[in-house]
Amino acid sequence: MSTATIDLEHHGEHEHHGPPKGLKRWLFSTNHKDIGTMYLIFAFTMLFAGGLSAMAIRVELFLPGLQLLEPDLYNNLVTNHALIMIFGAVMPAAAGLANWMIPLMIGAPDMALPRLNNLSFWILPAAATMLILSFIVPFFPGGGTQINTGWTIYPPLSVQVGMSMDFLIFALHMLGISSVLASINIIVTIFNMRVPNMTMMRMPIFVWTWLVTAFLLILVIPVLAGGITMLLFDRHFGTSFFNAAGGGDPVLFQHLFWFFGHPEVYILILPSMGVLASVVPTFSRKPLFGYSSLVGAMIAIMIIGMVVWAHHQYTIGMSLGAVSYFMIGTIIISIPVGLMVFNYIATMWRGAMTFETPMLFAIGILLMFSFGGLTGIMLAVVPADMQYHDSMFVVAHFHYVLMPGAVFGLFAGVFYWLPKWTGHMYDEKLAKLFFWINVISFNITFFPQHFIGLAGMPRRIVDYHAMFTEFNVISSIGGIVFGLSHLLLLYIVIKTVRGGKQAENKAWEGAKGLEWELPSPPPFHSWTTPPKLAAS
Amino acid sequence: MSDVERRKRRTLLLLMGLAVGMFGFGFAMVPLYGLLCKVTGVQSVGQRATIGAGAARAAATGVVQDRWVTVKFDTTIHPNLPWRLEPMKRRLRVRPGEHYLVKFIAENRSGQEITGQAIPSIAPWQATGFFAKMECFCFNRQTLAGNAITEMPLRFSVSPDLPADINSLTLSYSVLRVSD
Repeated sequence: MSTATIDLEHHGEHEHHGPPKGLKRWLFSTNHKDIGTMYLIFAFTMLFAGGLSAMAIRVELFLPGLQLLEPDLYNNLVTNHALIMIFGAVMPAAAGLANWMIPLMIGAPDMALPRLNNLSFWILPAAATMLILSFIVPFFPGGGTQINTGWTIYPPLSVQVGMSMDFLIFALHMLGISSVLASINIIVTIFNMRVPNMTMMRMPIFVWTWLVTAFLLILVIPVLAGGITMLLFDRHFGTSFFNAAGGGDPVLFQHLFWFFGHPEVYILILPSMGVLASVVPTFSRKPLFGYSSLVGAMIAIMIIGMVVWAHHQYTIGMSLGAVSYFMIGTIIISIPVGLMVFNYIATMWRGAMTFETPMLFAIGILLMFSFGGLTGIMLAVVPADMQYHDSMFVVAHFHYVLMPGAVFGLFAGVFYWLPKWTGHMYDEKLAKLFFWINVISFNITFFPQHFIGLAGMPRRIVDYHAMFTEFNVISSIGGIVFGLSHLLLLYIVIKTVRGGKQAENKAWEGAKGLEWELPSPPPFHSWTTPPKLAAS
Repeated sequence: MSDVERRKRRTLLLLMGLAVGMFGFGFAMVPLYGLLCKVTGVQSVGQRATIGAGAARAAATGVVQDRWVTVKFDTTIHPNLPWRLEPMKRRLRVRPGEHYLVKFIAENRSGQEITGQAIPSIAPWQATGFFAKMECFCFNRQTLAGNAITEMPLRFSVSPDLPADINSLTLSYSVLRVSD
């Protein structure tokens, strides 16, 4: 796959010097397009790695009883699936889009800090190796116990896990450093590298979403880093931050974790919402509805999103005042999120709509993300959450939020900008086939999990009561189809990279924005002289 | 250095400072967390128990109620602590307001001297504030010599203010090794 994508600009190369040849081009790259491509390839690889663990989980849950996996291994896979998907697939994919598109969209020749950009990417493969080692190490003699904690790595269990937890902690540290460096780079670029006349309120919404996301990352990732550093100290240096025997409080870790963990949800979703702001107007052939309210909404999401974290911890026994505050705050977030959804619907209203694949994904997102948002409001209500807590209903909820909200948005972005990146149109028929298989099997997988969750099936447990069998069978069949469908995506992408109908500068008839004024694919060094933007 | 370069450097330094500051904020939460809970009254059940226990103790000197509540005892020893800790009675029917004594048997199964700490919790948590421990081995760290067997007392009473709909509660001890 990598050899196929290296060949990105075999057309339209008319700069005075091209990229260096061979491995050096990628190892020492300071070019935002190359680094963006590497981010996307990395994310795609991790998507399959995380997908494999999900497949193993679904095969095990096909029938009650233990078929394939030991309980500890099952819980290790659950942990592994979550961390690989969140830190390995979604965040790097969003960073890949940012690297590719932000300089093109704001008319900058490259990211502001190209060498930092190289560093923030090349930390990732090392971190991913550590992450995968944390999964593998227990299989070797003397490797200690499996990480059976789930991605939340709550103490006291995480203090007792063997050395694989240390691998995981270091992996998380590296992933965090990479994200923070990338975020710093993005903010510096957005603040200082815009073309003249592009005021903050004239930036494309995708750039705005990444500005907000980058600030969120800088604000919350270091807190997670602090929390897991304390965990490391508790494990090895005899401190008692979370050890109740030494006067510590394990609940403090939960607060530190969710102070990061809840904004993390918005970190995953916002870039995809930004993609929609490009896709929906293009295929509705109308300007975006309510630009400034979208900007306001995402800033509101960022601020409120940072002060409602404890709705993940209703059952720890907080006082009534505290849970009421977190409940009301959480429900208030649905207002700006709903505003974003309604803005996109209003953009489509009476537009001359066509339904190319990115637009299909956009509409799918609006429907399914809203559905996930509604189950989120159910979970935000304290008395109801006491019943739903740690059930499969929660699993269904967050997959409905994160698959459409984050991953489908990234798919939409990949299909939308693939002609720009490669210079070729993708195969629309195959892409539409992929969309339908993907979305239908996604719903077959996760919709039944609402029912078994409400009926009382707990999550993170390898076995279940025989009464849940039918829905689990349906869910597993859907899951396998869903997993395999991504091979079709891989095929479509490779096919597009290798050839296809030549894409015009403006690949989509209704597209607006500076990126469409460059050739497809853009030259290795683009916007060396800033484009002219009319004063508004 | 051009103007843009200078601006870039300033933004970079500000953001680096922000990231480092937030790392520090995480550590500042360790002392601030307890303080914040105390100031705002957002205590967790465990913290409220220490306040509630005082009230329960005061109330316990008063009348003895004519109703029966079942108290169950439960212990969990963490895997890295080679101890055994068992109550001599697994369940006890008690009247709110009266004092009771239950003995636990603790055994160190290893040859070395080890210190452990028992952390109590009550289920359902609504009963936490109404369970008063007058004397408990969980008030202090306990050190057991190698292979020692000893009795550990717990003296308690249930407050008469215990809500009427609670007629059974479980006192659960997690016993952790104190690292030295």
